[in-house]
Amino acid sequence: MVGSSASPVAAQGPVVSLRQVTKRFPGVVANDHVTIDLWPGEVHVLLGENGAGKSTLVGMLSGLQKPDEGEILIDGSAIDIASPRQALDLGIGTVFQHSMLVPSLTLVDNFTLGGPWWKRPDREGVAARMREQASSIGIRIDPYALAGSLSLGEQQQVEIVRALMRGSRCLILDEATAMLTPRDAEQLGELMRRLVARGLAVVFITHKLNEALAYGDRISVLRLGKNAGAMEPQVLKSADTSAAMAEVVRMMFGTNAFGEAESGAREMRAVGGRPVLAVDGLAVDDGSVPLSGISFTVAAGEILGLAGIDGNGQKQLAEALAGQRPIRSGSLKLKGVSLEKAGVGERRSHGLRYVTDDRLGEGTVGTFPVSTNLLLKQIGDRPFWKSGVEQPAAIADNARRYVGEFDVRTPSIETPVAKLSGGNIQKVLLARELSGAAEAVIFAKPTYGLDVQNIRSSRRRIREAAEAGRAVLLISTDLEEILELADRIAVMSQGRIVGTVDNDADARRKIGELMSGMTV
Amino acid sequence: MGLFTEAFLTSLVLGAVVAGIPLLLAGLGEQLSEKAGVLNIGLEGMMLIGAYMGFLIAYVSGSTTLGFAFGALGGMAVAAIMALLCVRLGLNQIVIGIALTLGAEGITALLHNIQFSRTYPRLDAMDTLPIPLLSGIPVIGPAVFDRPVIVYIAILLVFVMIYVFRATHLGSALQAAGDKPAALDAAGVDVICTRTVAVLCTGLFAGLGGAFMSIVGAGVFVPFMTHGNGFIGIVLAMLARGKPLWVLGGALLFGACLSMTTALQVAGVDIPTDVIQMLPFAMVMLVLILAGRRASLPLALGSSYVRGAR
Repeated sequence: MVGSSASPVAAQGPVVSLRQVTKRFPGVVANDHVTIDLWPGEVHVLLGENGAGKSTLVGMLSGLQKPDEGEILIDGSAIDIASPRQALDLGIGTVFQHSMLVPSLTLVDNFTLGGPWWKRPDREGVAARMREQASSIGIRIDPYALAGSLSLGEQQQVEIVRALMRGSRCLILDEATAMLTPRDAEQLGELMRRLVARGLAVVFITHKLNEALAYGDRISVLRLGKNAGAMEPQVLKSADTSAAMAEVVRMMFGTNAFGEAESGAREMRAVGGRPVLAVDGLAVDDGSVPLSGISFTVAAGEILGLAGIDGNGQKQLAEALAGQRPIRSGSLKLKGVSLEKAGVGERRSHGLRYVTDDRLGEGTVGTFPVSTNLLLKQIGDRPFWKSGVEQPAAIADNARRYVGEFDVRTPSIETPVAKLSGGNIQKVLLARELSGAAEAVIFAKPTYGLDVQNIRSSRRRIREAAEAGRAVLLISTDLEEILELADRIAVMSQGRIVGTVDNDADARRKIGELMSGMTV
Repeated sequence: MGLFTEAFLTSLVLGAVVAGIPLLLAGLGEQLSEKAGVLNIGLEGMMLIGAYMGFLIAYVSGSTTLGFAFGALGGMAVAAIMALLCVRLGLNQIVIGIALTLGAEGITALLHNIQFSRTYPRLDAMDTLPIPLLSGIPVIGPAVFDRPVIVYIAILLVFVMIYVFRATHLGSALQAAGDKPAALDAAGVDVICTRTVAVLCTGLFAGLGGAFMSIVGAGVFVPFMTHGNGFIGIVLAMLARGKPLWVLGGALLFGACLSMTTALQVAGVDIPTDVIQMLPFAMVMLVLILAGRRASLPLALGSSYVRGAR
């Protein structure tokens, strides 16, 4: 299907071309002389780490931003795309990662947005055309459903239908699969194949390599805002998957980043010292997932992995342990000291640390500078504050030390933390929580939403924390991560720990059984 | 049961209508701009300017129609400042709204003091337009269907708004401007322009409401005469969740509270007026406690729209 549909139309030349396009934002060059061609009948995958400049590129194609240098060619002639409207008129349709449908309007009202104000929208006519267009690409939509009542995957399908109804010849899917369930992502992949079979040019932006290789005809890689390499359709088709993946990884990171993962596979370590963190019979009230009978211990230098499908009480447990949620009954001991009634600050001063997965929500204050965020849980403490007065020199010294030690890539220590990428915000959090007299550290989904390189460095930090003799509780929904790092693995289901196994060769099977409700 | 005489009921319903119409106009106006994502705290100021302009022109020209027209224009003039500062320049809507209200209070009090503080002119009562048949109904008839034309226009506006919200492109555009302005922009509709229109209409409605207070309600202009009506209008719009009919119901309810004073005096009940004047505001708090939790506001309410901003 790919070959037969791609070759005849591709002969026409690219629909859209970017020539030496540069876009600068204060402090960063988001796109640096990027050149990319979008051909009809092809899924063109745009790959890159977080912050590689993919979103900026989409912004320029969809008329939200204008390039500072270079030009955009449509059917071979240079055109200035001044507004989203003009981009649509030129046949460039964009489906953004976050839905662009108005949730409080029905689908048909969303589609008729933009008509003359005094007129009645032609709801019946548009609804009929919507159904027709949807069925022509093999999906079903209800034009009178409220947009907000649809799943994200369904909303994206609707937006694709809308782009087609507006006569788009070039369809941009910006991180379209990032927030979809695996099933929805697969459906989107199939839909992309059907669209290119009709001669459309599809741009698929992602940072998931397997999706890129599964659905793409052509791959372009961006790195730090520059073209870092590309794979032509004929190369991509002839290469086998693992070779293609290795090549793409090399383009994205400059090194074979996955090599480290294999060498980093965990050998069994002898840990079994005194328990540092001991939880016994813990029960926590919660509207959706109450916890009961949670008992475990973590020894010094040990990593206890907490596996389970998301939403089975992991978040509640992490918050209860950190002191952000009241404990109804049971005990929590850190080095023999009972902490179940202690507040967040007291638990921290005893050496209990919590690296949250909600990095910008509860982990940091986005508008505060990096330096203050590094001390967020010590505000008012000496030597950074004396009698309530800030000591800028001490705060700056502290910040410079941790920015260096944890390799936080930030323009300055005064930069608001929300301006950093997800990976660097995580480094700020790690620096804060792993510093000082940490005894036990709880990691909640520590690599969620990070790119490959930051995943590697975060995992290395977790391992180092354990090697430094700290008790580590690693809560993750990524089983590979737990199998790579943990010494023992507890499985959580519906607010309980349903079993604990050693991380040996047979661990994967046993965890699978525990998750699915069988007993070991 | 001596309280519920026909005279008492008529004066209560009449009071509810006379006090409720300004609230209705203010509430409808606020609903419009809130739908489009602009929280219009300056409503009180727009009403006050409307009241002053309406009275001034009606007094000078002798035409109440001209009075209402200029009252509406006065409200729109204040709204234009709001649109310029908040919608176009993206300044904080709450701060600007408060400034506009305070500014309007000051300037109308000053002008009134210069022009009318010695003469205290009054307008004659406005002619009413009895509606045949309906005006013959006891209690409701004289209170509702034997009123000046502007009352019917205000009530008609409720249904105009229902039509606009449900059945026109403008209705969808307003909803989108308040809930997801980026989607509206992507659909090729100018968000700034949509919101500007909404804010100007708010000014028009609020100005009419203010002019109603001075021309029909009181017959005079007194400094600070809108005393809180604009703010009750904001509450009404918030509780009505985008439904114009709810604004009407709420306006009549609050209007009834406001008119209790006169109605109870007619009935000969002796309660200190200070206590009765608290009623509408106590009612606001009561209603907010009971229904405020479920009030849903547009997602982008209060935030200015900048294309491509993240």
